[in-house]
Amino acid sequence: MEREVRVRIQSSTDIVSARQQGRALAAQAGFSSSNLTIIATAISEVARNIVEYAKEGEVVLSLINDSHKKGLQIVASDQGPGIADIATVMRDGYSTGKGLGIGLPGSRRLMDEFEITSQVGKGTTVTMRKFVG
Amino acid sequence: MAVPILKQGRFLIASIQSALTDQDLIQFRDDLAELVGRYRAKGVIVDVTALDVLDSFATRTLRAIAYMTKLRGAETVIVGIQPDVALSMVQLGLTLEDVATALDLEEGLTFLNQRLEEAHGA
Repeated sequence: MEREVRVRIQSSTDIVSARQQGRALAAQAGFSSSNLTIIATAISEVARNIVEYAKEGEVVLSLINDSHKKGLQIVASDQGPGIADIATVMRDGYSTGKGLGIGLPGSRRLMDEFEITSQVGKGTTVTMRKFVG
Repeated sequence: MAVPILKQGRFLIASIQSALTDQDLIQFRDDLAELVGRYRAKGVIVDVTALDVLDSFATRTLRAIAYMTKLRGAETVIVGIQPDVALSMVQLGLTLEDVATALDLEEGLTFLNQRLEEAHGA
């Protein structure tokens, strides 16, 4: 059984690929169909942020299989411009790009756990987890 | 992946068959705006039944399609948003306010026919 999938993100084709591979891996963990859609949607949002702001990066999908918790972890990382003020980008409707400003705060709502770390000039890493049940 | 767009009387019916990239969505939006003029269409149905994800970009593009075709004289109705997709959109915080939606193709056609009749009656 596949435990980890790494998807290089460079174009909008890779966004589709990342969410499809995320859905497939999450299906192995036993998520409900509505949670599979929720996971695929969140992956789509964070992968698009990479393409839009950093041009390239990576999405690493891995199964969480502790004794008491099963689920999926998604780590989206890039070496892009970084985010100076994380509190502001986590606010609904704030965007410096072409988007709706809903990607990051929306993804946080979709997932059970959400962390974002960023350094200006160094890059951004978003880590999200969703648990089964 | 191009989206097939069929002419059905005064309407255009576009059935999205598989996952679309952002580029595909933009191409689809521009094709529809152009075809509304070429076929003098009064209504457009966009069938998204096959889509397993409607993220912020796809939603924004659907909204743009509805507004653009409206400016070109045609009403757009989005049909076939799946229950899981609807749930995910709501949690993400996405809306299709001011955009007509219907359950499926049949309901979408009924909606457009009513709109056309209303316009004639007025």
